Amino acid sequence: MIKIGPGEGLEVELQSSVAAQFGRQIKAVITETLEGLGIKDAHVEAVDKGALDCTIRARVTAAAVRATGKDVWKD
Amino acid sequence: MRNTKLVSLEEAIRRSGLQDGMTISFHHHFRGGDKVVNMVVDKLADMGFKDLKLAASSLSDIHAPLIEHIKNGVITGISTSGLRGALADAISHGLMKEPVVFRSHGGRGSAIANGELKIDVAFLGASSSDELGNACGYSRSENAKSICGSLGYALPDARYARHVVVITDDLVDYPNMPMSIHAADVESVVVVDSVGDSSKIAAGAIRDSKNPRDILLAKQAAKVIINSGLFVDGFSIQTGTGGASLAAVKYIREEMINRGIKASFALGGITAHMVKLHEEGLIGKLIDVQSFDKVAAESIKNDPSHQEVSAVEYASGQHLGSATHALDIVILSALEVDTDFNVNVLVGSDGIIRGAIGGHQDTAADAALSIIVCPLLRGRIPCVVPKVTTLITPGSSVDVVVTEYGIAVNPGRPEIKQRLKAVGLNVVDIKSLADKATSIIGTPDPLPFGDKVVGVVMNRDGSVLDKIMNIQA
Amino acid sequence: MMFVPGNNPGMMADAHIYGPDSIMLDLEDSVTMAEKDAARLLVHNALKTIDFGNTEMVVRINPLNTPYGKKDVEAVVKAGVDVIRMPKTETADEVRELEAEILKVETEIGRVGETQIMAAIESALGVVNAYAIAIASKRMMGIALGAEDYSANLKTNRTPGGAELLLAREQIVVAARAAGIACFDTVYSNLDDMETFKKEVELIKTLGFDGKSIINPRQIEVVNQVFTPSEKEITKARAVVAAIKEAQAKGSGVIAVNGKMVDRPVVIRAERTIALAIAAGVIDKEEML
Repeated sequence: MIKIGPGEGLEVELQSSVAAQFGRQIKAVITETLEGLGIKDAHVEAVDKGALDCTIRARVTAAAVRATGKDVWKD
Repeated sequence: MRNTKLVSLEEAIRRSGLQDGMTISFHHHFRGGDKVVNMVVDKLADMGFKDLKLAASSLSDIHAPLIEHIKNGVITGISTSGLRGALADAISHGLMKEPVVFRSHGGRGSAIANGELKIDVAFLGASSSDELGNACGYSRSENAKSICGSLGYALPDARYARHVVVITDDLVDYPNMPMSIHAADVESVVVVDSVGDSSKIAAGAIRDSKNPRDILLAKQAAKVIINSGLFVDGFSIQTGTGGASLAAVKYIREEMINRGIKASFALGGITAHMVKLHEEGLIGKLIDVQSFDKVAAESIKNDPSHQEVSAVEYASGQHLGSATHALDIVILSALEVDTDFNVNVLVGSDGIIRGAIGGHQDTAADAALSIIVCPLLRGRIPCVVPKVTTLITPGSSVDVVVTEYGIAVNPGRPEIKQRLKAVGLNVVDIKSLADKATSIIGTPDPLPFGDKVVGVVMNRDGSVLDKIMNIQA
Repeated sequence: MMFVPGNNPGMMADAHIYGPDSIMLDLEDSVTMAEKDAARLLVHNALKTIDFGNTEMVVRINPLNTPYGKKDVEAVVKAGVDVIRMPKTETADEVRELEAEILKVETEIGRVGETQIMAAIESALGVVNAYAIAIASKRMMGIALGAEDYSANLKTNRTPGGAELLLAREQIVVAARAAGIACFDTVYSNLDDMETFKKEVELIKTLGFDGKSIINPRQIEVVNQVFTPSEKEITKARAVVAAIKEAQAKGSGVIAVNGKMVDRPVVIRAERTIALAIAAGVIDKEEML
């Protein structure tokens, strides 16, 4: 569950069932994905229940696409 | 009755000679429906007792109220097989000054029998008792309110505690025969409205898992057993209650019927599945230390070849005649298994206590073949790891690990490895399983442990096996 | 072929451990319109990252005449999918349209020719055009029946015996064989009735289908059981293959097993039995060379 809103720089608030073991990694995946989409300023609220990195990438991309209205696929 | 031992709880406590600093004990046969621990400790707190040591056979989510009593200094020491829920979380975060002492069921039995764990007053819940204290985990009267079946974990307490209080919700006529707890061991009998919530003590028979992963694991586990060389007429077996373990029984049963093989006995926590096989004539005897559901509890009440066993006679490592020494096959689960086959069933991969040793150490060590069945991953939590978070069962006791990505065999059992490979099972190196897990979920960061020892894991022989540190998060 | 909803990452990650021959990640009917964009990304990322082993990976895209179809093609071709399953195929033109779309993306990423197509036939018109659809593209590796939509299109219901599907099934098998491609039967959704499921699998095997679509790992064992040749069948097939080798060695055109002449249909059936046995892992490929 990812909510993306306006922000300064890339801030990630993460709630995760595996926070101790993977919190750092999950935040990194989130910021990398947004940077890859050319997004440099956003506030992200993420609630994670132990999703794999590829799923997080997909969800962050989907949230970013919905927030910006710019799709990653051609029409 | 002339020599009645019937008193109120308060009076029973007074008569027991209990003083601050002494050890009280409880069993956990009422599982998630238990009311005895909270009721007694509440009363002790009211009466002003402090610094008591609580020796439970196990504790669960229902015992969260103990947190307050610990904060107020009523309880300052705990020994148990396991901890769960809010209580476990609080203890993992450093609630108690004294570390909790964790023992297996057999280990607790040994410690009570050899005096290492001295119990001053045992408070033993029972589903029926007469006025002199002959008590059972079921009732033969029409007023029966609760049922739990075997009282295996209460029996060492009944025999060795200095003072025994039986607490029941069904007072029956003397003699309550045959009995589990003998009146000769009992000092007081207390009658209460309810010793436990029946719906949570012994639910209806646990349903067969429809989860495809459980079914896959179960089929693999069954194949391991069938091809182990131990699957012969008269074999004996013990299983846990996880979905995969129970489902494995189903597939083993099919092959037993196909080959005309019967089991001589099933041991340990008995479920409706085992009772069914016994009633079909496929298992000779049921040796029951804990009845997991209503069907098992009713069976122990009515069937002479389904017998209760005390924790000592069940699994003590210090008693060579204990039943685990006769056990051929045990199917167990795990929170973590590492590349040395060490197992952790007590501490989560986040460092928080969330399970119980149960009979794990005992059965794995004594059984001829011990099989761990676990998924490679539980969400993003790896179950096959380079090193366990906490060592509960040493790898030397563990023979086979079954996951949905392959089966690993301890190098110490080459003959088993050969047999399983010969029938085309997917036998792999345990390291490749740990690597597979990492390749899917990534490498976890080290856990934020502190320097406070919050738990000590005892080995069956009374030595310390591992320490659990507090979590700072 | 096991259907897995494309909006369920947990199921996608696990699907291959149950040993299905192929996995179909679905972007079409199992995903609501509101979630099409998210599911497309989940499937794209899953295909790129998860190790599915040797399992053939298929994605069912949305039809090209929806707002989703073209983006689905881009997303899954870029992720390296093996086969694209096109739903509700009715004409050869639709196949060519998809082929063009696939080629566009493959050209962009420099991997031309790698993506195959499977056409699902789910309507009367589709059945009528089955052969034309089957030969419409070199990328076409198989055609499949989608019974729910088909029976609705026929204005009838589905029944356990499947009488309403007789023509469609036979037409699809015939078209596939004439075109030299594979054919797959439709899903059976009642997971609690393994008996009827088994009967259905036996029926479609007899009709000549190469495989069946399933919706749950629990159905895999039944399909494998039915499709794996029995020991008796394998022994017979081995004898035929041995006889062929013998005849070739002698330079003779006549193949005889146990003194009886064996004609071409028997030979073809024997070869198919061996192929199935090898695919099921019951015999070693090397053995038969």
